[in-house]
Amino acid sequence: MSATSFVNPLRDVRDRRLPRIAGPCGMVLFGVTGDLSRKKVMPAIYDLANRGLLPPGFSLTGFARRDWANQDFEQIVHDSVKAHARTEFREEVWRQLAEGFRFVPGDFDDDAAFDHLRRTIEELDQERGTGGNHAFYLAIPPGFFGDVVGQLKEHGLADAREDTWRRVVVEKPFGHDLQSARELNAVLDSVFPTGSVFRIDHYLGKETVQNILAIRFANTMFEPIWNANYVDHVQITMAEDVGIGGRAGYYDGIGAARDVIQNHLLQLMSLIAMEEPTSFDATALRIEKQKVLSSVVRPRRVDLTTARGQYLPGWAGGEKVNGFLDEEGIRKTSRTETYAAIKLDVDTRRWAGVPFYLRTGKRLGRRVTEVAVVFKRAPHQPFAASSTEELTHNALVIRVQPDEGMTMRFGSKVPGTAMEIRDVNMDFAYGGSFTEDSPEAYERLILDVLLGDPPLFPRHEEVELSWQILDPILEHWESKGRPDTYRSGTWGPPSADKMLARDGRVWRRP
Amino acid sequence: MIELIDTTASGIAAEFVRARTHAGSPAMGMVMTLVIVVAEEDAEAAMQTARGASHEHPARVLGVILEDARGPAQVNAQVGTGAGWTGETALIRLRGEVVRHAESVVLPLLLPDSPVSIWWPGDAPADPACDPLGALAQRRITDSAAASRGKSKALVTQCTSYVKGNTDLAWTRITPWRALLAAALDQHRLKVTGASVTAERISPSADLLAAWLGLRLRVPVERSGSAGPGITEAVLETADGPIRITRYDGKLATFSSPGRPDRPIALKRRDLPELLAEELRHLDEDDVYAATVQRMNRKRA
Repeated sequence: MSATSFVNPLRDVRDRRLPRIAGPCGMVLFGVTGDLSRKKVMPAIYDLANRGLLPPGFSLTGFARRDWANQDFEQIVHDSVKAHARTEFREEVWRQLAEGFRFVPGDFDDDAAFDHLRRTIEELDQERGTGGNHAFYLAIPPGFFGDVVGQLKEHGLADAREDTWRRVVVEKPFGHDLQSARELNAVLDSVFPTGSVFRIDHYLGKETVQNILAIRFANTMFEPIWNANYVDHVQITMAEDVGIGGRAGYYDGIGAARDVIQNHLLQLMSLIAMEEPTSFDATALRIEKQKVLSSVVRPRRVDLTTARGQYLPGWAGGEKVNGFLDEEGIRKTSRTETYAAIKLDVDTRRWAGVPFYLRTGKRLGRRVTEVAVVFKRAPHQPFAASSTEELTHNALVIRVQPDEGMTMRFGSKVPGTAMEIRDVNMDFAYGGSFTEDSPEAYERLILDVLLGDPPLFPRHEEVELSWQILDPILEHWESKGRPDTYRSGTWGPPSADKMLARDGRVWRRP
Repeated sequence: MIELIDTTASGIAAEFVRARTHAGSPAMGMVMTLVIVVAEEDAEAAMQTARGASHEHPARVLGVILEDARGPAQVNAQVGTGAGWTGETALIRLRGEVVRHAESVVLPLLLPDSPVSIWWPGDAPADPACDPLGALAQRRITDSAAASRGKSKALVTQCTSYVKGNTDLAWTRITPWRALLAAALDQHRLKVTGASVTAERISPSADLLAAWLGLRLRVPVERSGSAGPGITEAVLETADGPIRITRYDGKLATFSSPGRPDRPIALKRRDLPELLAEELRHLDEDDVYAATVQRMNRKRA
């Protein structure tokens, strides 16, 4: 029986109880000591194992410039799993997983180390049955991508034999402008075919983000009003209550727009604005997302339609906190923005005249990510002006995190003899109606990498389109000196409020 | 928990609304009604299990205890919300004549428009779909392994009376085994020439696993006995040698396959809340289970 004609008799598409378990494979993790590895990747791998979704014999190889043995690496993973895993720690799961741990010490330019890595992988194929399938997770600064993938190529680690695969996983930032994004992509592309490069935008792994598509396209009651006839504008917010913390080295010179708007917010926006895809496979989704991103136009006057700021010292949530310029590792003259807001238009029939306002910032009022679709007011009110005084715009708010769910805001009569109409909220809490314990975004995404299922990963075309949108704004800011300032724990600089006031609108308080 | 003595369905419904408003959140995120028909002595444990499952599926949980059917009718209930529950709960005790009309109490308490599941944690009616309470539900969950009498016949009884919407926790229990066996054939693309399942002598799950393997692989499946716990071994014979999963402690299994080293793999026997949560995740017809049951019935005929 040839491998291609084999149909697994135990599989049946109707059998939805059977989870998708990744085929035989292993993962090589570069940058094992970083926050990303310890807080996200390792716990997610354990959680996957605990849920029985990893193949028997799954192997995890760490690569770092440390003088470690396999046991030391095991200890690191153990500590990280204990501290950050979502599911309960079970000895038998751990034992199963830990048998597949290997560690290869070395520098990124160390040929001997990569030789060692190749031998390790080949041994794993023999000992553990990983079958020649390996994913390389680059949890390292993008500056090293070139070195690492170059080494992978040179040592034959990137070439998959027939019926096996090699994949590479990278995290944001995908460059810092269009030029650098293209260079980065050229580096990855020279070694791995496009379909084997997985760019992780962990927002796309979140249940609520995937639910945007379900809400829009599985229902009839939203899509008919999802257009310029009924929608007044859209606000997409990602606010953090924390400062830059220990990320000064990364953040200085990057700023809020590059860090968040380029990837998360523009991806959210394309999911909100896109037309119905013909199916939910990767290509169909990408086509629609790309269409939206290529129809985005910036308003002509960048100065009037954007805002940026840096947080000042102040009190946030009852805690006294530093200003951005006082943070350790930040230059006193830094012009990096910690708050960014931009207005974009989408030039399609569906969205003509509906502005999309995107904002993000650090040290804002609270941690929240949400998309608010704000509707036009009813064209005619048979009520006296005094009765609808407290009625504002209807809105549909998709809360991405925390407290995932959806809120609908509409007017209702206040009980009493007079006709008075006031805004009320109707809430759907995702956690209330479904699993309290939905999988972490990283679990979903890592499993998708191992399964080779790419719908949730942005492709380089999308990345480049996003930079095309953002680059002129960044250039304008670059030429205009210091950003505005805002007190920590507030909702951003006054210039952001003025930016909306010019259009006769206000920011929602999320 | 509020005690309602000598009440009616509308009394219980009113208490639900009062408790919700009192908790400050009149909105309902509940996705289904779960009816549990249970004996007094098992009620506490069953409600605990439902609580565990309710984390994943917020539900209105109605525990129904059918007491002595003689004497004057009386409906007593304990109603509660919150406190570890993501939904609402009522434990309803029926006594006297009303025991024979339990559906009259339950029907008005079903949530509008959303699905109804019913679960018998212990002995189940021989034909759940024809049971007055069972008829209210789209999903009827029995547990052949928990039957207190006629253990060896329990699964056969359920298979005989199977209709769309019935399911048994014995089937739920083998999902991890099935997943692993299916994954094994993803890796070893080989024709299976025979199979065997070894388990405790009375194990409805093992019987179902054997039937499923026979159905899918179209080979004879041998079913042999062991000391347990539960299923201890499943083997798929191939031309290259056997693919074997053994589990002697109910926790950690060993996976052996031709040309590959033996590997440990976690395969824990799951507890009831987890099983119930899985069962409630799929409320539509389970075609694969239906086919497996059919095979069980055919084999006996």
